[in-house]
Amino acid sequence: MTYTVLIVDDSKLARMSVAKVLSTLHPDWKRIEAANATEALQQARDLSPQIVLVDFNMPGQDGVTLAAELRALDPGVSVAVVSANRQVEVIKRTQAAGATFLPKPVTESALADFLSSAMARQKADSR
Amino acid sequence: MSDSVTLTELQLDALTELVNLGVSSAATNLSELVREEVVLSVPKAVVVTREQAIANLREHDAKRLVGIHQDFEGDIRGRALLIFPEARSMELIRALVGVELSLDDIIELEQEALAETGNVLLNGCLSTMANSLQRNLKISLPEVIHGEGSDFFRHHSAAHETVLFIYINFLVKQRDIQGFLAMILDLPSLVMLQKLLDAYIERSTGQSAAANDVE
Repeated sequence: MTYTVLIVDDSKLARMSVAKVLSTLHPDWKRIEAANATEALQQARDLSPQIVLVDFNMPGQDGVTLAAELRALDPGVSVAVVSANRQVEVIKRTQAAGATFLPKPVTESALADFLSSAMARQKADSR
Repeated sequence: MSDSVTLTELQLDALTELVNLGVSSAATNLSELVREEVVLSVPKAVVVTREQAIANLREHDAKRLVGIHQDFEGDIRGRALLIFPEARSMELIRALVGVELSLDDIIELEQEALAETGNVLLNGCLSTMANSLQRNLKISLPEVIHGEGSDFFRHHSAAHETVLFIYINFLVKQRDIQGFLAMILDLPSLVMLQKLLDAYIERSTGQSAAANDVE
């Protein structure tokens, strides 16, 4: 199955860098991007991505709040909050929002782990 | 700024992202020191002249400021500063050492606590930058200075210095401690920084920085 992955980050470089790792792991997957929460919600409504990678520290809404909104919009979506800010509070809030925490910069192995658990969950849900 | 160097949008983006990575990881360490959550704003980086940097500080904050600086040397050389209003420095120290200390003790610990905070934040930033840019930077010990905006941007090296101003607020729970980060670079260092940023962009995205700019 081909997945659609939404990458949300206010930094263009950060989006490109995640896209690069993602294209190494799953070159056939569709990648879409958003620079903030408003754009991300619009993309989520229009294109229904199954997997979303969200930066934590963004202007306007932060990544955890966005993760919760994306999950409210589509409870089946797998969301990872990406940040170099590894404070206990941030990780706790991420988990409370039903999302996975990924340390930034995102490594290939960390992303691969998240994607396989996301795929497993999606398969289980679709049964 | 005709004799200066202008960073492209993507170079500034890359630099801001590096600062974001550095400060975010430093905030994690700082939160362990103060045992409270440290909330960060989204950083914004601008390159300005020394005069503009002084004017920026004057605009934003109280007259009396406290700054912690660390010099760095290597392919890029300059000075990194963490600056915040002096009035808030006591709050920062209380957050660091706890409220049970007497005012005398707090005053005694002030320099040390400020130097330690600066060390955590500035080193976090500089080491992330150095590692990401794949260059080694020799970083000096922190020094604390009290003064006005103009006192912070006097640096030993030659004229035509450029100040890389990074606005970032950090908030320690209820204690609204707002700080700025700044970096002073001379012109050759800024030119070198551009080259290193381009190489970093290429490594991160798999595309050349020039190709990315055209987009």
